[in-house]
Amino acid sequence: MKLQQIAIFMENKPGHLRTICRTLADAGVNITTLSLADTQQYGILRLLTDDSAKAQKSLTDAGFVVNVTEVLAVEVDDSPGGLLRILDIIGENAINIEYMYAFSHHREHMAVMVFRFDNPDKAITCLQNNDIKVLPAIDILKGSW
Amino acid sequence: MTRDDIPSPSIFHPASSTDYLPVPQLQALQLMRIKETVALAYHHQQDGLLKMRMDERGIKPSDVKSLEDLRRLPFTVKTDLRDTYPYGLFTVPREEVVRIHASSGTTGKPIVVGYTQSDIDVWSDAMRRSMLACGLNEHDVIQVSYGYGLFTGGLGAHYGGEALGATVVPTSGGNTERQIMVMQDFGVTAICCTPSYFTHIAEKAADSGVDVRKTKLRVGVFGAEPWTESMRHRIQEDTGIRAFDIYGLSEIIGPGVAIECREQSGLHVFEDYFYPEIIDPETGEILPDGEEGELVLTTLVKRAMPMIRYRTRDITSIMTEPCPCGRTLRRIRRIGRRSDDMMIIRGVNVFPSQIESALMRIKGLSPHYQIIVTRESGLDQMEVQIEVTPELLGDRIRELEDLQKTISHAIYSTVGINAKVQLVEPKSIARSEGKAKRVIDKRGI
Amino acid sequence: MKTVKPHNRILDAEESMPREELAALQLERLQKIIDYAKRVPFYAEKLAGINGSDITSLDQLSSLPFTTKQDLRDGYPYGFMAIPKDQIARIHGSSGTTGRMTFVPYSHNDLKIWTRLVSRFLVAGGLQPGNLVQISFGYSLFTGGFGLHYGVEATGAAVVPAASGNSERQIAILRDLQPDAIVCTPSYALTLGEAIRASGIKHEDLNLKLGFFGGEPWSDEMRNRIEEDMGIFATDNYGLSEVIGPGAAGECIERNGQHFSEDHFLVECLNPETLQPVPEGEKGELVITTLTKEGMPVIRYRTRDISSLHYEPCPCGRTGVRMSRVTGRSDDMLVIRGVNVYPTQIEEALLRVREAAPHYMIDVDRPGTMDVATVRVEILPEMFSASMKEMVTLRDKIQKAISSVTGIRMEVDLVAPQTLERFQGKAKRVTDRRPK
Repeated sequence: MKLQQIAIFMENKPGHLRTICRTLADAGVNITTLSLADTQQYGILRLLTDDSAKAQKSLTDAGFVVNVTEVLAVEVDDSPGGLLRILDIIGENAINIEYMYAFSHHREHMAVMVFRFDNPDKAITCLQNNDIKVLPAIDILKGSW
Repeated sequence: MTRDDIPSPSIFHPASSTDYLPVPQLQALQLMRIKETVALAYHHQQDGLLKMRMDERGIKPSDVKSLEDLRRLPFTVKTDLRDTYPYGLFTVPREEVVRIHASSGTTGKPIVVGYTQSDIDVWSDAMRRSMLACGLNEHDVIQVSYGYGLFTGGLGAHYGGEALGATVVPTSGGNTERQIMVMQDFGVTAICCTPSYFTHIAEKAADSGVDVRKTKLRVGVFGAEPWTESMRHRIQEDTGIRAFDIYGLSEIIGPGVAIECREQSGLHVFEDYFYPEIIDPETGEILPDGEEGELVLTTLVKRAMPMIRYRTRDITSIMTEPCPCGRTLRRIRRIGRRSDDMMIIRGVNVFPSQIESALMRIKGLSPHYQIIVTRESGLDQMEVQIEVTPELLGDRIRELEDLQKTISHAIYSTVGINAKVQLVEPKSIARSEGKAKRVIDKRGI
Repeated sequence: MKTVKPHNRILDAEESMPREELAALQLERLQKIIDYAKRVPFYAEKLAGINGSDITSLDQLSSLPFTTKQDLRDGYPYGFMAIPKDQIARIHGSSGTTGRMTFVPYSHNDLKIWTRLVSRFLVAGGLQPGNLVQISFGYSLFTGGFGLHYGVEATGAAVVPAASGNSERQIAILRDLQPDAIVCTPSYALTLGEAIRASGIKHEDLNLKLGFFGGEPWSDEMRNRIEEDMGIFATDNYGLSEVIGPGAAGECIERNGQHFSEDHFLVECLNPETLQPVPEGEKGELVITTLTKEGMPVIRYRTRDISSLHYEPCPCGRTGVRMSRVTGRSDDMLVIRGVNVYPTQIEEALLRVREAAPHYMIDVDRPGTMDVATVRVEILPEMFSASMKEMVTLRDKIQKAISSVTGIRMEVDLVAPQTLERFQGKAKRVTDRRPK
């Protein structure tokens, strides 16, 4: 259920994102989705890829500071109140969302959000109990979803 | 140009009479006092450091028979203060100590200095004579904008101003708007602070529409950091005051070791209290007057913590020609650089090794860092760049911000000043083959 | 380590002068100061027609005009100065909690007397010549740092001018230089005490025996907490820059009130509304007349400090009237649903509850027509993992303590340890959001 997310420390400098993409392309890694959190000086780039081990190695070899964390991909009804329903479940069970971002492609009536919870195992149980689909890694990263 | 209403600083004040002692008498006084000081330190230093070093060389206090014999004595260096921390170099029982000051050492531990009542009196007198040399007197209103506390600048100037009989306004550092308000409202005629802080005050004043020329301010006594002749010209041009350079260090006494007179050409060392030598910093050999080298000072009347041949690390030379002001005290040239890597930031002594020891206390931090010092509108800014390591990186911005805070706090608690902390990517700080280039000073001083 | 009560020592004969002699001295000085104060235009006008010689009894004090902080502000900067500029030795500023600062000029003689008065309370609180004292007050226009600095020097003790801030450095000094006494605000003492406990330094590792705390109101409960954390004997002292700075009054080792130096100050305790004297021992606003100040004499200065005066003899032998702890300021007195409440009362209540940390903030609001006061209280770290039920019990306990001290009910919010602001100088704890 849990996905391996790559977090990369990045100074806010022109051309930086390009270097990262280049490195991954050369290693034959496909970026599935990404999000960037930044301050004035630096940012953290978060990536989901089809091969996190390869991504981590190639970026580390290229001199980047890389960290791997676990996130969940959750199916969200692409209609008004869709996200709200998930937030309600999470809130009722006293789980915190550290951050979230949208998955880059979606299907008719269904979108996918990537969540980082403080208690991912509990989140999986709660969401599944409420018939919300938490997508397995293989589906989401290989694009078979 | 300075103002016309400046009274001539040449008016003689009895408190300054020692400044004009005939040289043979001054030297006789120095010799007598050196003998006393060496005997005091030799017999009474708590850790016996001087005795051990002199005994190793087979020298006794009674072997000091002339001023030339001083060169046979061992040096005292800054790390000696650290190694004997806190009270090892004291020569009197603690009950006789009335004040303790401290400054940063080369690493985490501070350097502690002690004063007896007579030491405080000597210090106040040196500061009073300094102020007299700059043309101040009991009618002046002196704003002391140095920081007060363990740092000697604030209390040194404060006691000097009091000894002079002037009005002292102890604004301490910071709160620049209030500094300007006080300056205007109280008819302040003289200010004591670091030269960079004064340029900051002057700039702020101009921004808020206050013309310093229209205030009563006429003299600045600036010290605690190196500054240049061109900075003096700018200050004098911009504000119409006369800016004097004062020199001192807490290991010796604090501010008031040497001062410029109205000639503004070299600083007179109060030689009846402090004996100057210039040495080659590599070999330790004494250099003849006029040659540039490291300033070494011996205290002549300090009781609580006398210093024998203290290596200041400040590079200067002793001027040979007599001063037109008539003082017989020898002059040293303004100090522009040091023989070690100490930085003076906002008047505070900072060693790169201190920053390093602060950083290394934080687990997982990279040993690659760089210190960048800049000056923005008169105020020194210190930025510390440090490379991020995988152990420190999470996936949340907040964790990195917390890390920045932790680093910044560690630096503050070690050196007492705030640094901007910048996290950078690995390998982005230049690696050098030999000695790492830890400091980039962009202040142009 | 237990707190050790020092021996009683009295510095000046004036401190134990029989009260009739004292009254005669006061009257003589009051007569002089009335004539002297007329150098100040404000007093020349207010005291027009009154001569020193007209005053034949101290009871006539009540016929003299008051001076308020606003009067001093209106005179900014030199309006209240009674000496030529040339004779000013030093200028200080009042701490100015509200509005613009006021500035206070001191003559050389004023500084000498001030120093002596500070020495009096230091000696009264147990300071010995040869002691080492860490001064952790800020040194600036604020009078705290300098007042204590010179006072300590004059007792023959030594000063470490640590100034305020940088708690790590403060603790390094306590540990390495082994001072015998510390001087700061009580709220900073609390912060330092907490930091000492957290750092694992034991009382035996320190040489600290005495604490002299002032500059803001505090309570006996707070004193107990500080004494426990630091292993010291703590005394309170009182003063304000408008009359001189710290040293107007100070506790002796009996700690049953702060003895006024009545040879230099005349003190009254008045109802702040009616301005009539309150009966002995009852709370009122202190009003002070300086008897010897040259730089800036003040007649019947309204301090806004709420206290009470006690005249019965003190076992220490001092005859100076004792003022009780300042419980608040008449201008930071909160009127909540018609009841007078002082922030220090909240502090007192919190210190009665062992599981609460003495760090709090008070928010006052009026959502409808009723005042609502909410006290945010930090819980101790060991309580942090407690169950919801325990938290609720604790909250009720605090609420009860507050209502038993203040007589009114307040809302209580428990917050995580170390989340409220710590104060290095004077604490600012009240936010009043009610429409004015």
